[in-house]
This record gives sequence, structure tokens and C-alpha cells, in this order.
Amino acid sequence: MVPIEQEENNMDFNFNDQQIAIRDSVSKICADFGEDYWLQRDSDGKFPVEFLDAITAGGWLGIAMPEEYGGAGLGIVEAAILSHTITRSGAGFSGASAVHLNLFGPHPIVVFGTNEQKQRFLPRLIAGKDRACFGVTEPDAGLNTARLSTKATRDGDHYVLNGRKMWTSTAQTANKILIIARTTPFEECEKPMDGLSLFYTDLDRSKIEVRLIDKMGRKAVDSNALFIDDLIVPVEDRIGAEGDGWKCLLHGLNPERILIAAESVGLGQAALERAANYARERIVFDRPIGKNQAIQHPLAVNWMELEAAHLMAFKAAALYDNGQSCGAEANAAKYLAAEAALSACQRAVLTHGGMGYAKEFHVERYLREIMIAVIAPVSQEMIKSFIAEKVLGQAKSY
Amino acid sequence: MKILVTAKRVVDANVNVRVLSDNSGVDINNVKMAVNPFDEIAIEEAVRIREAGNAEEVVVASIGPTQCKEQIRTALALGADRGIFVETDADIQPLAVAKLLKALVDKENPDLIILGKQAIDGDNIQTGQMLAALAGLPQATFASEILLADGEATVTREIDGGMETITVKTPAVITADLRLNEPRYASLPNIMKAKKKSIDTYTPEELGVDVTPRLTTLKVEPPSDRQAGVIVADVEELVDKLKNEAKVI
Repeated sequence: MVPIEQEENNMDFNFNDQQIAIRDSVSKICADFGEDYWLQRDSDGKFPVEFLDAITAGGWLGIAMPEEYGGAGLGIVEAAILSHTITRSGAGFSGASAVHLNLFGPHPIVVFGTNEQKQRFLPRLIAGKDRACFGVTEPDAGLNTARLSTKATRDGDHYVLNGRKMWTSTAQTANKILIIARTTPFEECEKPMDGLSLFYTDLDRSKIEVRLIDKMGRKAVDSNALFIDDLIVPVEDRIGAEGDGWKCLLHGLNPERILIAAESVGLGQAALERAANYARERIVFDRPIGKNQAIQHPLAVNWMELEAAHLMAFKAAALYDNGQSCGAEANAAKYLAAEAALSACQRAVLTHGGMGYAKEFHVERYLREIMIAVIAPVSQEMIKSFIAEKVLGQAKSY
Repeated sequence: MKILVTAKRVVDANVNVRVLSDNSGVDINNVKMAVNPFDEIAIEEAVRIREAGNAEEVVVASIGPTQCKEQIRTALALGADRGIFVETDADIQPLAVAKLLKALVDKENPDLIILGKQAIDGDNIQTGQMLAALAGLPQATFASEILLADGEATVTREIDGGMETITVKTPAVITADLRLNEPRYASLPNIMKAKKKSIDTYTPEELGVDVTPRLTTLKVEPPSDRQAGVIVADVEELVDKLKNEAKVI
């Protein structure tokens, strides 16, 4: 093959050497955690500590953190390659979510933290000495984040936090929490998103009750309801200025969507691979079932949809890393990837027929896990409203 | 001490390759490529020797199209210090590889050369042996253990009858077998460091080597599908079947 000369204006859909090395190295780690490991975790619900330790030992948690704090200083493209490789290996969201929060979750600290805060927080996160969880969503606010009601009241050199949080993942084992709370009552704010402040602080279990939510899938990575009762947070744990919490958090939202998109595509591809293998090998009426177009055509469509979503995810990632606006693309990637992967996981179960319903064939687990990406971190409906309003200039519908 | 290792670009071991419809070869378009697993073992061994303080530098070479730099980067991320890339789009056969490596040996004067015992694509098992002959160096192939002391390498070899231990004077050519070690995974910090390591590029012409193919591939065919076996009741039936049906004894 004659290598194509790279000109400056060429569109390049290939990963560079370093990105390929990242993918290959991560997939080797993942290969040590096979389908039985994840099937076990789905049944016993134990956090995949061994997997997270292997990822941490390779320095992977620092992929998107600044080099001066021990990270690799790479972008969302590389973080998305990492996340995609994890789900693609069959680890699914049980694997990806165990790692995910550490990749771009601490981004507000990177962007808005003081040097002292970065030095205090980031190296410990990269080394796996601290594990952080996220306290944003609340039971009575949902997607209407302006209505967050957890209160932070200033008292001298500290704040006192009270309220409830919902769907906080990994809080069973985390020792740190990135939490957003109201420092100014909603009624007194000029704009609805004002008056919120962001804190990164110790998860003090004497002041925070962490209650496990039993859920549909991803049993190994816990999700929780938090009840916060007079949590004392020192002022030096506030990230950014008081009242700027939402602005700080906003910085992490597009990367979050891009990562979820890449993870969804990976899981969809893992499901599709199982379906294609089964369709080739399963003999009924003396021929492989994949010889029937009713079996093979839907799988072909799944492949096309997943590839398209994958391209959108990496387009959004490249825009973000180039400092360009990527809101529409990041949201579109999340939407397309979730749809494509849901369809692929469903089709994988159907292709397996009765065996698709059996846990030992793994695809039913994928189907339960992919629902996370359909629902979170933002619903498919909100994305349609966003695109209609922001890209197509339609009137706001909600 | 300086060690020269190789990183051949091959189809990843987990990929099921398909034969091209015109039987001219296997389809490697859009197929995942990797460092030849036996070369990876050779690289790992060299890096361990350096980490144990018995070598100062590990140089890794790869030969082929420009994408081979991926495999050099991987080797650098695994701990090699410097890369040499011999760029060519020609069909490079074992003799040409051995000649090119001989030219690099002349240039670099390594004290030890460790290669994979074979590459998992061609499975020729020729390069190491031919390199030793061309360079006039002792060889120890199929190594499962290497001990270095006083200008000598004591090598345990995996041979048909079991294990054999031989001692060769260095510089020498050693080829790595599967059980020599278990290669590490590249960590992210080491992948980042690899980016800053240098890779020198040569062409076969610059090295004065004629790489014209000497062998012609007539036809490539997939192995025939395996038939289902039968379970025999006892040894007598087995012997009977081997004798009268399979006619192998």
C-alpha cells in the first residue's frame, strides 16, 4: 500500500501512532478481564476493583489531566478512545463507569481550580488514592438544574450543606465528592443558573447518608441517593467563585456526552460482534441462521448506524480539543450513539433467540446496561429540543 | 551493552484473516495490526536486561511501509530507547530482512541481537538464523531463558526433545520463544515518553541492500474446514481405525 501524503487540509479519519498505542494497550488490560469476570460482577454486584486497579496502575486515569500534576495532558479524543476500548472489550458500562468519572469529572478543578487546589486534588486522583463521585442531580430537579435546592450556607471559614442528591454513582466507595449547591436562593438571582456554587470535598459519611439504589443494570457500579445533613465544607474546597458553580460544571458537560457516546458505540459493537458470530455459527434447518436476510440485514444496519455514531463522537471530540464549539455535535453524538447501540443490543438478543435471554450469552446484560446511555446524562428528548432550538432556530418548547 | 531488537508489523493474533478471492494472499485491509508477539517477547527481554543494569541501550528496528512506525512506537512505549525504521513498500522476504538487519548490525555494533523466533504471519522461522550466518555471529534460537555473564550468553533452548542449554559468546543472535517471559503492557506515561524518543529512517538503498524478492507466491488457500471427530470406545478400536481407516500406522 502506498502511504497517502498528509497535507495540511486533508481530512484525516485515522488515529495517530500514539492513539493506536493507547487503544492497543488498554485493550490488552481489558483482555485480562473476560466475559466471565463481568458476568460475575453483574451477579454479585461487587465493584470491579481489580479492573480499576489495573487501569490505575497503567496511569490511565490521568489521560486528560495536565502534565504538571502527573497527567498525560491529552484530550477528549484520547479519553474517548480509552472509554470506547473498555466498553468494546465486553466490559460494558460496568467497566467504563468505574473509570469514567475520573476522566473528565474533575475537569472543573482543572479549569477553575487554583494551583493550590490542583496540587492538592489531582495527583491523588490520578494515583487512585482518592476516588471521587458526583453530586449534581436531585430528586426534585431532574433536568431542570436551575431548581437545585441543596443549600450551602456560609458560616465564617466554611459552608454548611443540606439537601438531597440522586443517582450519585460510586458513592459507596468514593472518599471525595464534587457537589453543587445553592449559595444564593433562586428568588434572589438575576438569572436562573446564578447562585449555584461548586465544591470538591471529603465525603463525610457522618454527615452524608449514602443509600444504594437497586437498578436495572450495571449492578457492579453503584448508584445512590444521598441525604446531606449539615456537611461542613471548608471555603478552600470551593471550586471557582461563589455563584459560578453552574458555569464551572458546564465545562464538563460536552466531554461527558462525548465519552458516553464513545462508550455506547463500543458496547453496541460488542453486542453486534456476538450477534454476527452467533448468526454465522448457529445452524437451524441445516444452514447458519445468518444466511437468512431477516437475520443478516438488521445486523448490517446496526453496523452502519454504529459507524456513523462513532464518527460523530470523534468529530465532536476533535472540535472540543481544537477549542471549537461542539455543543450540537456532542449532543448529536450522544443521541445517535445511544440509538444505534440500543438497536444493536436489542438485535443481538433477538439474533440469539431464546439463548439471548440467558445470562451466559451476555447480550441481555448489554441490553440492560445500554439503557443508561439512552437515559443519561441527558434524555434523548432534551437533545432533540436543544438541536431544534439552538441549531434550527425553533422556539423553545419547554 | 547495546541490544538490537525487532518489531515486525503483523496482523493482530486475534484477527481471523480471510484469503483474497483471487488467492493471491490474505486480505489485510482495515485489519488490526500489531507487533509480532514473539518480537514483543524479545523486546521485553531486552528491556528487562537493561532494567537489571546489564545493558545501557535497547534499539528497536522495523522494516516495511510507513505504518511500521506504529510498531516502533509501541516498542518504545514498552521501554526500548531508540528506533530505526527501514522504509520500503517492497515485498520483503526473510533473506532481505536478514540482509537489512545485517546492515544495521554493521552500523550499530550491538552486543546482543534478540528477535522473535518467527513472525506469526509468514511463520518462516528463518530470519534469525540467516542473520547470524550473514553477520558471522553465534546463534541461540528458541530461547526460553537467557543468562548473561562475562561476554557470554547461556541460553536454554526449547527443542523437539525437551530443553537444551548452550553457551554462546556475545555478540550473538538469540531468537525468543513463547516462554521466555510475559511482556508487560505499555502504561500511559510510557506511551507519552515514547513520543519524544527518536526514530532514524533509512531505505534499503541507503543500507546498500538489494531486497528483490527471490520467492514467488503461487497461490494462497485457506486450510480446509476441520471435520467433526468420533469418540472411540477403547484403544483397540482406536488402533484399528488408525490402521485401516486413516492408514497412518
